[in-house]
Amino acid sequence: MKSQSAVEAVPLKRARLKRPSLWARISARSSAILFMSPATILVLLFFFLPVIVTLWISTTDMSVATFGGYKFVGLANYARIIASRWTGKILKNTVFYVVTTLCCFNVGMALFLSLLTTHINKKAGTLFRTLWLLPRITPSVIYVLLWTWATADAPYGIFNQLLSPLGVEPRNWLTSEPWAIVILANGFVGASFGMIIFTSAIESILPDYFMAAKVDGATTLQTIRYIILPMIKWPILFVLSYQTLSLLASYEYILLLTEGGPGFYTTETWSLYAFHLALSNYFGNVQFGYGAALAAVLVTIGVIVSVLYLRIFKFGELVAEPKIEVL
Amino acid sequence: MIKGLRKSIPYIILTAITLPIVLMYAWLFMSSFAVRTEGLKPLGFTLDNWKFITGWTSAWRRDYPSVWEATLNTLVFAATVSAAEVVVAAATGYALSRLRFRGRKAFLGLTLVLHAFPSVTLLIAIFFILRALKLYGTMIGVIMVKVALDLPFGIWTMKGFFDLVSWDIEMSALIDGCSRFRTWLQIVLPLIRPGIAALSIFTFLSGWSEFLLPFIFIPRFDNWTLSVLLKKLIGDFRFIDYGLVTAVGLFYMVPVLIFYAFTQQYLLSIYTGGVKGGA
Repeated sequence: MKSQSAVEAVPLKRARLKRPSLWARISARSSAILFMSPATILVLLFFFLPVIVTLWISTTDMSVATFGGYKFVGLANYARIIASRWTGKILKNTVFYVVTTLCCFNVGMALFLSLLTTHINKKAGTLFRTLWLLPRITPSVIYVLLWTWATADAPYGIFNQLLSPLGVEPRNWLTSEPWAIVILANGFVGASFGMIIFTSAIESILPDYFMAAKVDGATTLQTIRYIILPMIKWPILFVLSYQTLSLLASYEYILLLTEGGPGFYTTETWSLYAFHLALSNYFGNVQFGYGAALAAVLVTIGVIVSVLYLRIFKFGELVAEPKIEVL
Repeated sequence: MIKGLRKSIPYIILTAITLPIVLMYAWLFMSSFAVRTEGLKPLGFTLDNWKFITGWTSAWRRDYPSVWEATLNTLVFAATVSAAEVVVAAATGYALSRLRFRGRKAFLGLTLVLHAFPSVTLLIAIFFILRALKLYGTMIGVIMVKVALDLPFGIWTMKGFFDLVSWDIEMSALIDGCSRFRTWLQIVLPLIRPGIAALSIFTFLSGWSEFLLPFIFIPRFDNWTLSVLLKKLIGDFRFIDYGLVTAVGLFYMVPVLIFYAFTQQYLLSIYTGGVKGGA
């Protein structure tokens, strides 16, 4: 008995292969270096270094005016953020933008779309989802052009054409209702991300559950409430956390739609504000230090949240050891 | 009767909320062939909007590069980004899937963190790094940035494909004395051809559509891509010439639509695959 289990315990690979020679080990290490170095260089250069550079610039008074002779100012830029009279407005804008877009579209509409498109005929469902993916694959500049047209002054825009028979005063919707348009435009892109995730989650629920619910006489709403939603709560949480971060950081569509306007900072969010201060001389005075301090706040939030999110979403399973050992 | 009505309710709702998307794209198409549009009503058919193909007709745009120069720039940008991304991601993905080396676990974790990390927040610092490397304003600089920022996604996707390949064939090649590099190049890579195709298409489209990076990092107009050119056209002529900007927009959009029509299934699978990796 004992000898038999000892035989079984000999690892198959070890039995077949001899211990690697010194040369084999050196060449194994050099192949790891060969395969890993391009990515490592790029990651160091464009992820690691930028984080450090952001933090460093944020402690200087670097601007167009002081480019030659900038000096270290400690945390003065951060003190300025707290003291600035604009910070409150920008913060309010950012929270409003992220929460509204997230609830109404990136999670809300996404859930609605995936529930409806999995409920109906499969082909029709795929067609609707394909159409909803269009905004995401459309280059941002074209996509924003479509919204500028839709909201344009009479007689050009479709909004006015559709609404004026209902007695709504024609107007340029982008300048009169900038927030609504910013959220709609971002939402129509954002919804497709959650839609895809939720759809594949719903489709992978065993049909037995639906059958059992039907036998018990559950209504569609009850099926959704008691079967589908509890079973896709992890994907929902995932989309929620992932999209919070991307909405917080992204400003491309707002930049193209309103440039943060109309007027003074009406639709300016935190990330766009940082961009404007440090990279776009729209207002004439480019302030790298101050802009970097604003960006550093986002970078810090980004690092903390993305690490947290890995902890939540079962990191250990994803980094399991490779199947093949180095020979 | 009532049952039929109940059944059609989801279709009615879906059609209603999807209609804005369809109408917008319909307008894009129509407007590019119309003298003027009022809402969705085209007034007069014309091909004048498409004259930009042979060069700018208005003195206003004499300073702009021709649309063909911008197309060439966009093509070079997208193709180089796509090729570089696939090579680097395939090498890294292979190492992470197959080799055991110090720092492997850390790098894998890092890839996942970076996947979730909002890289746009780094653009201010990247501006300084590009300047220090004397790459600010050059095509090669922007390409490097784009490849790097998309890399976590690419590596994760490629690793997923390598993980699915059975390692028997590879093992026998290695035992026969084939080097790691040759094994990768001649034996494993051909096995994940679908994955390479999917990532190439995805990164090509992502490069083709990219706006922010060329906009920020390439101020010189002889390097403009189509997205930047279109942005300038809209910025300067928003209230003047919808016909022209929609025609240029459609011109820019056509390759995307063609790619999308043929590769939708691929893209959907890589999209969920790539994201599931992060979950």
